[in-house]
Amino acid sequence: MNRETHAPKLISQRQRVWRTFIRNRAAVIGLILTILVIFVSAAAPLIALQDPLDQSARNRLKPPDETYLLGRDTFGRDVFARVVYAGRVSLVVGVAAILLGGVIGTILGLVAGYSGGKVENAIMRFVDILMAFPSLLLGLTVLAVLGPGLEKMILAIGIMFSPGFARVVHGATLSVKAQEFVEAARCVGAHQTRILRLHILPNILGEIVVLGSLWTASAIRVEASLSFIGLGVAPPTPTWGNMIRDGTPHLTNAPWLSVFPGLAILITVLAFNLLGDGLRDVLDPRLQQ
Amino acid sequence: MLRYIAQRLVLSVPVFLGVVTIVFLVVRVLPGDPAQAALGDYASKEAVAALREKMGLNDPLPVQYVRFLTDLLRGDLGKSMITSSPIRDEIAHNLPFTLELTFTAILVGAILGIPIGVYTATNRNRLPDYVGRVLSLAGLSVPAFYLGILLILLFAIELKWLPAIGGGDLSDPKDNVSHLILPALTLGLVMTASVARLSRSAMLNVLSQDYVRTARAKGLLELVVLIRHALRSALIPIVSLTGVWAVGLIGDSVTTEIVFARPGLGKMMVGAMLQRDYTSLQSIMAIYTGFVVVINLTTDLIYGFVDPRIRTK
Repeated sequence: MNRETHAPKLISQRQRVWRTFIRNRAAVIGLILTILVIFVSAAAPLIALQDPLDQSARNRLKPPDETYLLGRDTFGRDVFARVVYAGRVSLVVGVAAILLGGVIGTILGLVAGYSGGKVENAIMRFVDILMAFPSLLLGLTVLAVLGPGLEKMILAIGIMFSPGFARVVHGATLSVKAQEFVEAARCVGAHQTRILRLHILPNILGEIVVLGSLWTASAIRVEASLSFIGLGVAPPTPTWGNMIRDGTPHLTNAPWLSVFPGLAILITVLAFNLLGDGLRDVLDPRLQQ
Repeated sequence: MLRYIAQRLVLSVPVFLGVVTIVFLVVRVLPGDPAQAALGDYASKEAVAALREKMGLNDPLPVQYVRFLTDLLRGDLGKSMITSSPIRDEIAHNLPFTLELTFTAILVGAILGIPIGVYTATNRNRLPDYVGRVLSLAGLSVPAFYLGILLILLFAIELKWLPAIGGGDLSDPKDNVSHLILPALTLGLVMTASVARLSRSAMLNVLSQDYVRTARAKGLLELVVLIRHALRSALIPIVSLTGVWAVGLIGDSVTTEIVFARPGLGKMMVGAMLQRDYTSLQSIMAIYTGFVVVINLTTDLIYGFVDPRIRTK
C-alpha cells in the first residue's frame, strides 16, 4: 500500500482559512458584492454610456426609461452614469482614509503597547479623549476649517478612525508581547523595531485587516454623510452623498434622484460589512469553536 | 454607590477639557482666518485687522484659551460672528429639539432592539434569526439620512400620514409629536440594528452557560429563565455598548436634522460651519461635548445598576 494515502491530510494555514471563508455564505456574498462594486467603479467609462457631466436642459428631471435607466437629474444629466462614477470617489475616500487611519493607529498602538510606561499612558489617554467624542463631529470640525476636497476628506476621515485602530492594536500588542517567542527574540538581542515588525505585527495583522474591512464600510458611510451635508468633494463631481443632497428638494416629483444613489451606498456598505464579518469569522480563532 | 457616582463624575472632567481643547486648537491652529471669513473675501486689510483685534485673535494663544474656558464656565458662549446675536439664546432655542430627538431615538433603539436580540438568540439558525440578522445588517449599513428619505417617501409623500419637514410647535404637543415621529424613527431604527445585533450575541453567550441549564433543569418557565437569569447578565455588555452607540448617534442626528429640516443643534452647527462662524462652532461643540459626558455618565450609572459587582466595589 502506498504510505502517502494513510498519512493525515495536511493542509496549509492559507488553505484552511480559504476553506472556512468559502463555506461562509454571507462572507462569499460580501466578497462578490465588493468585487462587483469595485469593478463597476473602475470600469465606469465602459459601463456608463453617457457622460456624467453632460447637461441637457430639455430633459430636466426626466423619469427612468430604456436609455436613461435611472432617469435624469435637475440639469438633465444621466443619473445612472453619475451613480456609477460617484462610486469612484466613495471607494477611493473609504479605502484611502482607512489605510491612513490604519497606519497611524497601528503605529501609535504598537508603540504604546510595546514601550509601556509614560509613553503608553500619554498615547492612550489621548486616544481615550478622541474616542470619547462622536467622530463625525470631529471630522466635521476638521473639514469646516480645512475646506472641502478629496485629499482633505481622506485626511479628516483617516484621523477620525485612527484612535479606534490604536486602541485595538494596543490591546493586541500587549497580549502578544507577553508571549515567549517575543521574550526569546529580546534575549537574542533583536532590536526593538525588528521585534515589532517581524514578531508582533504579523501576529496582530489579522485583527487589523478585519477592522479595516468593517471600518471601510463605516468610512464610506461617513463620506456619504459629509458629502450630503455639503462638505464633500466639490460639484460637479458626482458623489453619492451630494447626489442625494441635490435630490431632496425633488422628493415628491423625482424621487429617483435620491433613491438610486442611496441604494448604491447601501449595497457598497453592506458588501464591506459582510466581507468584514466573514473575515472575522475566519481569522478570529476564538469564534471558531 | 455614591462613591462610584462621584468617581465617574471626576473622570469625565478630563474628557470634557480634552475635547474642548482640541476644538479650540483646531479652530485656531488650522489655516483659515476667522476674521477674514466673517467679513468675506473682499474686505479690506484694515477691516480684517480691526476685527481680529476686537475678537482678541491677536492675543497669545494661552491668553485666548484661558479666556475661552472662563467664559465657558460662566455660561457665556459668546456672540455669533455672523449675526452678532448671543449664541446662548440660539442654542437655547435649538437644544430642546435635539434633546427630544436623540432621547426618543435611544428609547426606540432599546425598546425594539433588546427584545429582537433576545428573540433571535432563542431562535438561533431558524427563520426569525435569519430575518433579524439580515435586517440588522441592513440597518447597520444604511446611512441615517437615507433611511430618513425613504421614510419620508413612504409615510409623508405616499401615505400622507405624517409631516415631512420642520420641528413642529414645542408648545403644541400634538403638532410636536407628529413632527418628531419620523426623525425619531429614523435614528431609532439605526440604533435598533446595533442593539439587536449585540443583544443577540450577548444572549447567545449567556444561554450556553451552566447556570442557565440548571435553571431550565429546575423546571422554571422558559420566560423566567430568559428574563431573570439570562437577560440580566447579558444586559451588562448591552448597556455599555448602547452608551457608546448613543454617542455615535449624535453624529447621525446632524444629518437627520438636515433631512427633516428640523431646528436643532446639528442644523445650527452645519449652518455655522458653512458660514465659517467659528465662535458659534466652538460653542456648539462644547455643548455637544457636554452631551457626550452626560450620556457616558448615564451609561456608567445604569451599568452600576445592572452589575452588582460594580455597585458594591
